[in-house]
This record gives sequence, C-alpha cells and structure tokens, in this order.
Amino acid sequence: MEKILFKYIDFPEQYRIDTYIKNGGYRGLPKALEELSPVQIIETVKKSGLRGRGGAGFPTGLKWGFVPKDSQKPKFLLCNADEGEPGTFKDRSLIENNPHQLIEGMIIASYAIGAHKAFIYIRGEFAFGAKRLSEAIGECYKNGYLGKNILGSGFDLDLDVYRGAGAYVCGEETSLMESIEGERANPRLKPPFPASVGLYKNPTVINNVETLSNISHIVLNGGEWFANIGMPKSTGTKIFSLSGHVNKPGNYELPMGITVRELIFEHGGGIKDDRKLKAVIPGGVSTPILTPASLDVKMDFESLYEAGSLLGSGATIVMDETSCIVKAAYRISKFFEHESCGKCVPCREGTRWIRLILERIENGKGREEDIELLRDICTNIIAKTVCPLGDAAAVPIMSSIEKFRDEYEYHIKNKKCMVDLGTRFV
Amino acid sequence: MLSEIAKKKISELKTKFPERKSAILPAMHMVLEEVGFYNKDILKQVAGLLGLSEMEVAETVSFYTYFPKEGVGKYHIQVCTNLSCMLLGAEGLVSYLEEKLKIKVGETTPDGIFTLSAVECLGSCGTAPMMQVNQIYYENLNRAKIDQIIDDLKMKK
Ligand SMILES: Cc1cc2nc3c(=O)[nH]c(=O)nc-3n(C[C@H](O)[C@H](O)[C@H](O)COP(=O)(O)O)c2cc1C
Ligand code: FES
Repeated sequence: MEKILFKYIDFPEQYRIDTYIKNGGYRGLPKALEELSPVQIIETVKKSGLRGRGGAGFPTGLKWGFVPKDSQKPKFLLCNADEGEPGTFKDRSLIENNPHQLIEGMIIASYAIGAHKAFIYIRGEFAFGAKRLSEAIGECYKNGYLGKNILGSGFDLDLDVYRGAGAYVCGEETSLMESIEGERANPRLKPPFPASVGLYKNPTVINNVETLSNISHIVLNGGEWFANIGMPKSTGTKIFSLSGHVNKPGNYELPMGITVRELIFEHGGGIKDDRKLKAVIPGGVSTPILTPASLDVKMDFESLYEAGSLLGSGATIVMDETSCIVKAAYRISKFFEHESCGKCVPCREGTRWIRLILERIENGKGREEDIELLRDICTNIIAKTVCPLGDAAAVPIMSSIEKFRDEYEYHIKNKKCMVDLGTRFV
Repeated sequence: MLSEIAKKKISELKTKFPERKSAILPAMHMVLEEVGFYNKDILKQVAGLLGLSEMEVAETVSFYTYFPKEGVGKYHIQVCTNLSCMLLGAEGLVSYLEEKLKIKVGETTPDGIFTLSAVECLGSCGTAPMMQVNQIYYENLNRAKIDQIIDDLKMKK
C-alpha cells in the first residue's frame, strides 16, 4: 500500500516549504479555495469517512458540519498537538518531519468552517516541534499561504502556535480551550459542545494532528478514494506507534484493519530476544489490555471495540513474558493519579486509592480483598466524571484484573511477581 | 531579573489574544527561556507586565508542571519512567543516574549543575529509554551514552 501521511516522512528537508511543494504539497489548498465551496469540502470529508485520530474516532465531516453557519461570532480551528497519551509518538513525527502537510490541512479546514483564526496547541515538551511549526508558519506568511487574501482567494487566516506546559488533561478538548484562555485546565461540562460554545465562548472545531494532516489528500483525491482504503467504517490509514518489547519499535502507517499480529510480527519484527508475547495494549495506556488470544483482531475502531478494547490513539505497547502485569498496572495508575486535574471527586480520590492499593500489592503487602476493592473503586469512577480521564484511569485496571487475575492473586499470596524481571538497562 | 527585551516582549503579549490571561503561558515560556526558572518575584513582574493580578498569574501557573521553580539545576534531567520506557529499562536508567550524580530523584547536585526528575511519557516511546535535558531529547539510552552525555554537560558547565 502506498503511504499517505508518511510518504515523505524521511525525505530530506521535507519540512521546508519548497521541498514540500516539490513533493506535491499545496495542491489540495488551491483546489479547495478555487473549485470548492465550504459546504462541498465538508461533504467531501464526510464522504471520505475520516474519523478523528485523537482517540474518540468521531466523524470529522460531521463535526465540521455542527458549526453554525449563520452565527456572526468569530470561529476558531484548533489543532490538538498535546500528544500525551503514554505510548503515542506519531503526532510529534508528523509535526517535526512534515509540518506543511498539517498546516495545509488546517487552512482547508478553517476555510470549510469559516474560521479566520487557528491555533496549534502543542505540548510544552515538544520544543523542537514548536520551533519547526513556527518556522513553517513563517514560510507560509511569506509565500501567501497564510495571512490576508490567501492565494488571491479573498480568504484570510491567521495561525499561531500555542505551547502547553506539561498537563496531560490539556489534551482533552475543553481543557485545552481553558488552557489557551489562560485558566487552570479543568474540563468543561458538555453540552454545550465546542462547535457552538468553544474557545472564548465562540464556535470552535478541534481536531488531532493526524486527522488534519489527512485533509489535503482527501480534498485532492476525493472522498471516495479515501473511503476505499482500510475498513468500511474505519477508513483510511492509521499511524500506529509501536513500542515496548518489539524488535523494531517505531511509527507504522498502515491501512485500518491490519491485525495486531501483522503489526507486531510482520512490521515490528516480532518480540525482542525471541521471548513470548504476554500482553498488548492497543491504543495507549487508557485502553483495555489484550492477551495473545486477540492477536488476530483487526486494528480499527469497530473491531477493537468488539474485542473489548479500543483503538484510542493507535499506540500499541507490547509486553513480553517477563513483564509483570501488576507492575504495569501500578505504573499506569501513578500516571493517572498525577494527571487527574482534581475537579471531579471520583477521579481525584479514586486515582489515588487505585495507586495506593496497587502499590501495596506490588510491594508484597496486598490483601486478599484488594482485587474486589480495586474493582469497586473503578466502578465508582467510570461514567461519573466530567471528562473521560476518569474512565481512562479505571478501564485499563479493570481489564488487567479481568485478563490477568491469576497474576494479581499470585502477587498477593506470594508477595512477589509471578515473573522474574531481569534488569534491562545495559 | 528579566531583561529589558524580555519585559518588552512580554508586555507585547498583552494584546496578542482576545483575552489577556491567554498571555500567561506564552510569557512563562519566555521566562523559562531567559531565566530558566521562576519564583514569586518573577510571577509578580509577569503579572505587572500583563496587567493581571499576581493571584491570577499564580493560580494558572501552579496548575502546570513544565516550568521549573527556583532552585532547579542548570541542567534539568527528566527521565521518562512511563510504561514503554519502563519496559525497556527506565528504572535502571534512573538508578544509574542516581549513582553517577550521587543524588536521588527530586534532588539537585550541591554545585547546582544537575537536577534529576522522573517524569511521565514524553512522546518518544519508540526510542525508549529516553530523557530530556532542558529542551533536548536524548533517546535509545544505554550506560555508555549516559556517560558521554553527562561528561559533555560537565565540560560545558
Ligand atoms: C484525558 C484526555 C486526553 C486527551 N489527549 C489528547 C491528545 O493528546 N491529543 C488528541 O488529539 N486528542 C486527545 N484527546 C481527545 C480530545 O478530547 C478530542 O477528542 C480530539 O482532540 C478531537 O480530535 P479528533 O476528532 O480529530 O480526534 C484526549 C482526551 C482525553 C479525555
Ligand atoms: S513512555 Fe517514555 S516516552 Fe513515552
């Protein structure tokens, strides 16, 4: 299959506007501005079947269509480049190696929704990415792709990079808006949805980096072309960030619907040191864990949901037979405790209790009733918080108990790991 | 403590956004670049330059973990210890650094050169284990690489 987003990812200096143009860039934009109306662009994106790559998989064209057309208020486009879901490192690559592909998509999206101001919210740690983007944006202003009267079309757009400052919750769309507004990034209750009340209380569309990077290709090649790639309800390609115990970790752009096995064994070169596979987390640490029994599950929104997990961000974390599931769960729980913003009591208190209990199990002080206690706490977080961070903290723990209960029981009874964890730092 | 140029740049941020408070994080990034840390006096200055109250600025800034407070070493070593990195030896990496720098996580060397922190995923999981020193990422780490990196930083001081 020919790659779409990663076709030129390793091409020397692809981040420069002249290289990008030489390799076929900035062709979707003039087509959008000269030949298509905003409504036609939204129709094309709908037809493509493109769904959000930030984790929730919401249909992109549908989201754009929710922006009220008759509203006199200014509209905003936001690009979510907060990339904080542990295991995920695809947006960073798209930004650092092909920033214009993202920017071209953003200009088209802004035109489609009627926005004249757009922001890329990038996590603070991606200092290099932020610099790359700022330089690319500078090139755009110089060449008439941003600013007033873009390519003589009469359409104006200003684009800015806004740097975050180390808070995972800022990746949640309404927290991200609070963050740009200079507030503590606590999520907002929905409805109202951002399409009507978003940034500075104005209609706002927010999309992930990978989502927006697809747009110029869809406009150029048509919705049908995109819809024919991948699966019927999960169209196009997906960038899978593969990490953990594999021989060839890295980002892989593959059609939606390849199997877990293909990703790990064909593309990722199999398990390191010829060990056996124990578990796979398919969509970042927020998603339920899978066992080797799920190796033939297809990686797309529907198939992974049916298999009891989620596609999430497509971050696939591979654990071999020397991994301790309790320890992994404990590490995940520390993350969510640290990142809970503290607004909702079930999440704030629950994530702390989950961590404390897993800590004592991990340290050989677990009690027999702890497994049920953990399940009880998780149940009392799920669906009881303003934003899905609470669910994200509870669901993986629940699934690890469900799939690997024997490891928990062994840990509690024998006061140690079921496996011998060799030191790995050489 | 802020230079005149930085002060000017920060006050220019005041009108850049529809709401003034939006300028707080961009201003703090400028502080980080120029001073390397913040303290109460700096927050007060930033508030003054942006025409906000000290409280408003402190309330926002305290939510975010990215900006180091005064006392941080010249080189802030942040080791990712999240899952993908843990699977590939992040704990060993942390202990090795502790041994080498003779400090524990959360501490700064007596000469003020190095601070060691354990942090969450830095979006570099395919090149684990990894760490960030100030703004730079160091990936696919092993003992030999750490020796080299620390030696180089010590030379630069
Ligand atoms: C706790 C939390 C963290 C999130 N982090 C990110 C993120 O880093 N990047 C991202 O694109 N979406 C993230 N999301 C999803 C966003 O809320 C939102 O659904 C997404 O940006 C929409 O864009 P899309 O439709 O293109 O996927 C996160 C959601 C939650 C609940
Ligand atoms: S887990 Fe270490 S960089 Fe992502």
